[in-house]
Amino acid sequence: MTAPTVTPYRSGTPAGHDSFAHLLHAEWTKFRTVRGWVIAVVVAMLVTILLGVYGGIRSQNGCVNGPCHPFIAVGPGGEAVTDAFYFVHRPLTADGSITVRVTSLTGVIETDQTPQGPARTEPGLQPWSKAGLIITAGLSQGSAYAAVMVTGSLGTRMQWNYTGDTPGLAGAVSAASPRWLRLTRAGDAITSYDSADGIRWTEIGTVSLPGLAPTVQAGMFVTSPQYTQQVNQQISGGTQSGDPTDATAAFDRVSLQGRWPASAWTGTAVSGGSNSQYPTGSEAGYRQAGGAFSVTGSGDIAPGAAGGTPINTELAGVFIGLIAVVVAGALFITAEYRRGMIRVTLAASPRRGRVLAAKAIVLAAVTFAAGLIGAAGAVWVGDRLLAGHGFAFDPATVPTEIRVIAGTAALVAVAAVFALGVGAILRHGAGAVTVVITAIILPYLLAAAFPVLPAGAADWLLRVTPAAGFAIQQAIPAYPQVAASYTPVQGYFPLAPWAGFAVLCGYAALAPVLAAFLLHRRDA
Amino acid sequence: MRGSLHAEWTKLRTLASTFWLLLAAAALTVTVSAAAAAAARCPSGGCADDPAKISLTGIYLGQAVVAVLAVMAVSGEYGTGMIRVTLAATPRRLTVLAAKAAVLTCLVLVIGTVAVLASLLAGGLILPGHGLGPSHGYPAISPGDGPVLRAGFGSVLYLALIALLSLGAATALREAAAAIGAVLGLLYLFPILAFAAGDATVSRHLQQIGPMTAGLAIQATTGLNGLPISPWAGLGVLAAWAVAALLTGGLLLRQRDA
Repeated sequence: MTAPTVTPYRSGTPAGHDSFAHLLHAEWTKFRTVRGWVIAVVVAMLVTILLGVYGGIRSQNGCVNGPCHPFIAVGPGGEAVTDAFYFVHRPLTADGSITVRVTSLTGVIETDQTPQGPARTEPGLQPWSKAGLIITAGLSQGSAYAAVMVTGSLGTRMQWNYTGDTPGLAGAVSAASPRWLRLTRAGDAITSYDSADGIRWTEIGTVSLPGLAPTVQAGMFVTSPQYTQQVNQQISGGTQSGDPTDATAAFDRVSLQGRWPASAWTGTAVSGGSNSQYPTGSEAGYRQAGGAFSVTGSGDIAPGAAGGTPINTELAGVFIGLIAVVVAGALFITAEYRRGMIRVTLAASPRRGRVLAAKAIVLAAVTFAAGLIGAAGAVWVGDRLLAGHGFAFDPATVPTEIRVIAGTAALVAVAAVFALGVGAILRHGAGAVTVVITAIILPYLLAAAFPVLPAGAADWLLRVTPAAGFAIQQAIPAYPQVAASYTPVQGYFPLAPWAGFAVLCGYAALAPVLAAFLLHRRDA
Repeated sequence: MRGSLHAEWTKLRTLASTFWLLLAAAALTVTVSAAAAAAARCPSGGCADDPAKISLTGIYLGQAVVAVLAVMAVSGEYGTGMIRVTLAATPRRLTVLAAKAAVLTCLVLVIGTVAVLASLLAGGLILPGHGLGPSHGYPAISPGDGPVLRAGFGSVLYLALIALLSLGAATALREAAAAIGAVLGLLYLFPILAFAAGDATVSRHLQQIGPMTAGLAIQATTGLNGLPISPWAGLGVLAAWAVAALLTGGLLLRQRDA
């Protein structure tokens, strides 16, 4: 006699699809129903905005008597520029060209400016002291221009619209080896030439200045940037000291072709506020003797402005937000291990890699949204408050602003995914949070914010550690044609914004891939 | 109390992670210190560098491991439910916390002394070759030198106070990841906010109240006038943070169900 076979109970409902959408929904439900994680993300968002507001409020203390930075010139590209030089000019009403010979370029540096004693000056040129020909749309700061010039130690250059720079003949200018310069306008196109003897000419380049008015100002200019020195100090960070300089150039053999209305040469100091400071005992001006000119000027025609605040300083709250989000990201997986929930999760969706992918997508989406609201709010609110108090931020181009804001949000999201990956590898919340925070924030701290490391080591740290990702927040690029200290302490990262961000993404991608591999191999 | 101490010591000593974390704390501190010393350069002399401070750079990383050790001493028990056994055996909850603090402090003092001595030794060997030695006018790094002794001894105390701060935070927050996030945030965020503050006065005040920025003033042996806070006062600020964290933790431990 055999026992009757009993069919076990089977549910009548059809088996559900193990679709990725369901998995995403499941992970989203898990995330939003844990109060602590939602609080962490909301705190991250609010703190980011609040510190932007704080940045706006503190400006009240800084400038009691009116605006701090009444004017920051904006170049044709929309970026902040320095535009200060001495200009000996005439109007040019249509196409034409101007040719000149430069026979000397000398300068004065003020070396010792003490509150008590008199300032001392000594002769000397800056590498980027400039003298040459310029065609500019107007005399106001930030006008479109193209120029050809001799420099202190970087040879002949053509520069245009503040950011453009092309080298010409190398070597310094002197009476024994003068430089001939020529600038030709044809419509919107301006072509520059240089020559060592005035017979054999070489074209340096042609640039287009779109929308150039028929009448432009053209002539000779001289300028000389401040003498900057990097003073290295621990803790207080590197400070930059700037001392006044000027440059004097001798021009002769001026020849004009084309439509130059009858007019005398006019000298104008295109004003740069604090950017053109003359050493004690010298001043801007020009002397004309026959066909020879001697012109003295100070300042710079270059991208970047002194005294402005780049927009990324409004985003300091992101560091607090980052820690909150890293804790939430790590717990998103390690809490499942601690509670045993992971066994339910993996029973429901046995393809383990997909579970991790779903978690990463939900986490990235939530933290990116929070980061975006936080960063956009901080910049938006901070800008309003600062503008209301007469402060000005260094104007950044719209693409730069979008890159800084969206990049900050992406930074937060990528850090959260990194924490999720490390959490899945270590299966230990405290360990994962410690690894991720020390990997992302500690290098930035040691290299830039609280510099205890020498510059070389700081540079290296910001190239190879996940902290390289903070480069995405750098609003002002480092320009080779401006002599300044481009160190992490000053807010300049060794890697380009997207390259630095790619380093962080590399770490963040590696962690979940390794985690998925381990998730397959290990018992849950 | 003696029973409690013995129990806490047994719990801590029989965890494999305790040994590895202590080893990691010492190894990371010494490695980072030696690397910072190897990276320091002062070819022409006259740099405003502080040899003892450079030799103790590793504390910045080592403290994170010490914090994990301290957090796990409490949060680990909550994670496994062991805390209910502990509190059943020792119903006076503050005694438990005090015993944990005492055992942890002793362990951290021992490992901190080893790490700091090795770091100073490494700095003393490496730095003179990089233009930061006695032949360039810098004070030699010897334990007999007053300021160096203060920097070294102070760094060991600093690590112990970080452990107590973390212990208090973990007792208050219970969840390990949240506690370590809070502690590291407290340590690392003050200098970043001071850097971003833009205003010199605000920045100085932030450095005076931050547990890490104030506490590590103890590492300075030169340029004391330029510090935001004097060495021992700075360590006092950190001690105040640690006491506040322990008080909060102790209070919540008494109030709440485990």
